[in-house]
Amino acid sequence: MAQRAVSVIAALFVAGLVVGPVAAVLWRGGGFTALSTADLDALQFTVWQAFWSAAISVGLAVPVARALARRQFWGRGALISIMGAPFILPVVVAVLGLISVFGGRGFLNAVLGPLGLPRLDVYGAHGVILAHVFFNLPLAVRLILQGWLAIPSERFQVAASLGAPVFWLLEWPMLKRIVPGAFAVIFVICLGSFAVALTLGGGPRATTVELAIYQAFKFDFDLSKAASLAVVQLALGLGAGLVALFLARGDMLGAGLDRVVRRWDGSRVMDAMWIGAAALFLLAPLCALVIAGVPGLGDLPGSIWAATGRSVAISLGAVVLTMMLALPLATRAGEAASLLGISVSGLVLGTGLFILLQPYVRPSSVALPVTLLVNVLMSLPFVLRILRTGVEGAKADYGRLGASLGLRGWALWRIAYLPRLRRPMGFSAGLTAALAMGDLGVITLFSRPGQGTLPLAMYELMGRYQMGAAYAAALVLVAVSLALFWVFDRGGRVNADV
Amino acid sequence: MKKTLLTVAGLFAATAAHADGHANTLTVYAPDYFGSEWGPGPSIEAAFEERCGCDLVYQTGDLLPRLLLEGEATEADVAIGFNSDVSKRARESGLFSPHGLDLSPLTLPLEWTDDTFLPFNYGHTAFIYDNTKLDGFDSFEALLDAPDDVRIVIQDPRSSISGLALVLWVNAVYGDEAEAAWARMAPKIVTVTQGWSESYGLFTDGEADVVLSYTTSPAYHIIAEEDLTKSAAIFEEGHYFMVETAAKLAGTDNEDLADQFMAFILTEDFQTMIPTTNWSFPAALEEDKWPEGFQELPMPETVLFYSEDEAAALRDTAIEAWRSALSQ
Repeated sequence: MAQRAVSVIAALFVAGLVVGPVAAVLWRGGGFTALSTADLDALQFTVWQAFWSAAISVGLAVPVARALARRQFWGRGALISIMGAPFILPVVVAVLGLISVFGGRGFLNAVLGPLGLPRLDVYGAHGVILAHVFFNLPLAVRLILQGWLAIPSERFQVAASLGAPVFWLLEWPMLKRIVPGAFAVIFVICLGSFAVALTLGGGPRATTVELAIYQAFKFDFDLSKAASLAVVQLALGLGAGLVALFLARGDMLGAGLDRVVRRWDGSRVMDAMWIGAAALFLLAPLCALVIAGVPGLGDLPGSIWAATGRSVAISLGAVVLTMMLALPLATRAGEAASLLGISVSGLVLGTGLFILLQPYVRPSSVALPVTLLVNVLMSLPFVLRILRTGVEGAKADYGRLGASLGLRGWALWRIAYLPRLRRPMGFSAGLTAALAMGDLGVITLFSRPGQGTLPLAMYELMGRYQMGAAYAAALVLVAVSLALFWVFDRGGRVNADV
Repeated sequence: MKKTLLTVAGLFAATAAHADGHANTLTVYAPDYFGSEWGPGPSIEAAFEERCGCDLVYQTGDLLPRLLLEGEATEADVAIGFNSDVSKRARESGLFSPHGLDLSPLTLPLEWTDDTFLPFNYGHTAFIYDNTKLDGFDSFEALLDAPDDVRIVIQDPRSSISGLALVLWVNAVYGDEAEAAWARMAPKIVTVTQGWSESYGLFTDGEADVVLSYTTSPAYHIIAEEDLTKSAAIFEEGHYFMVETAAKLAGTDNEDLADQFMAFILTEDFQTMIPTTNWSFPAALEEDKWPEGFQELPMPETVLFYSEDEAAALRDTAIEAWRSALSQ
């Protein structure tokens, strides 16, 4: 089957893009190095914090997504969009935003103190998890919300008229399918944490594998150790992917007519509380960043806009490439393969690509294409998480109908599948665009001045004492990312009821 | 879709068109901060190009890893931005050749005789505080004796060059007692960050009272912001010396230009650009020629420094003392 061949080629391409560079670093480093006790401690902490970060993110996302799915209110769409912002924030800036709310001198302590309540100390393992939940709750909410919206509204009507338990009949099977994948994706992102874990972890107790890789690469130039640790990351990522695939079995719920979901169950007050609490948690640090960023807007140098332009170009390129790869990859195996891309250290990936490309091309001349490629790899797992259920659903529900009408190949996709995939495609394209805007990628080995992206310009400003301008650049970054996200996400929802 | 692909292809072509390679181009590898619009790179480039009638091109990024990856095949003629605490590895690569310059113009606070790595600016590690809120500390002991509610933020020695300088500093002051000193500082350390920027951000945002930075940091606030409230605490035990260097690649195909650039580093033209673009002390400029704001900075009386061999030998012990005390 031609379609199958395309899928296999796409999966091999993605796996090769990850495994190839890691192998190149391993080869340059002269093979494996045994891990030290400190490395094993770091590994243990990394896995531990990633597990709890993912578990809490997903656990909180379920009630929030359910509340959002069954309530309609003014500004709901905008709220869902803006609540996604933490996921695309540059890490350094997001940490400063979080600390301005939860830190020792933060807003929360300023309120707790006068009330005679104990002070809050954010630094420690709980701080790491708090930050990871802040980053990933938005993603978890959107993934699970997507699942809720995919349940045909006719089902809810039938359930309501029969007085059947909605949760066990409709929601539990959906959660069983969606939650393991969402957990796996977030677990794997948190495995790669470094700056967040260090700053909020309060010190060396919060050492992660990624820090060990960074140290091996920057200070010791110990490629063998960097690659060995990257292989451990790969194994963990692949393991998480396989476990999630195994757990995420379950039946489809069948086809519906994509009407608005009207619900008769659940407590309005509880739902309002969940939505309010999530919005407060996610938006308060964002507000702090807006307040910090606005005064510096006037100080931004003109070159920021050129950098913004480059970032937008990378971002749009990433959307096109990601979508082209994602549709054939939207299978279980494809999703597992794509997890490799985010499990491995960007530093090792970049170094490997550098080793592979350097004999043939001038590295600086491929800085932007390489950034683009890495961004594609980084967004594929999210995109596939969003798309796969939709693609499989469309195939299961409309494949036979299409076949009986004689539709095949591209025509089948164009007429039967793609219109059903508009919403997940819009959402995933928006997410890709936003992620690619914020990602520093591997430009650090390849770049030269005048070619910087917006996040790089922001980091450079910060490194030059210009904190005000850096916050303003971060604000521009978030605004442009959100705008891109919104355009794609909306585009996917045009003409749809919800 | 096609249009976006064209844009991407266009970017590729545009960057490829930059490609140099003719004899009149000097390729300088530098860290990101150096080559950026806000660093010293652009003004140095303009001044040198005027002198040599050539084209200076920066390649920015991770300096040493990139050079080591490229080896003999590197396009670099000169590399600028090494730190002495990690330059051993660079020297051992054999990629660099002696600069052959007379080092008498150097105005460093200590003697420098390296024939390969040429200093272009320096500073000292220092703790910066807000002088409207704290009285300051006149010794390391005073800082360690400060009440535990004084909030300090530092950088990780495993990921940051200033963090590494700090553990070497503590080692230089306390020797075998380093771990005990760290244990006294630990309750005051709010957190440890990956790099300098995050720490400094926490300090300017008010989350920390004291930040590990450089003796030159107040100069930025004085000159660029007319803010006199930031001071460096000058310790009687002395301060750890941090120097940045440049070196000529042995395999340069542009020996002449590379030599010219190395010589340019020691000139007044180059040195006067350093203070207000790199916010550090020029390595070869008499103090009376420093910009106002720099001349007034309090200077440490004692300078502590480990040679690159000593630094390499002590590094693991010094980091372990820090790690073990802060992990309690």
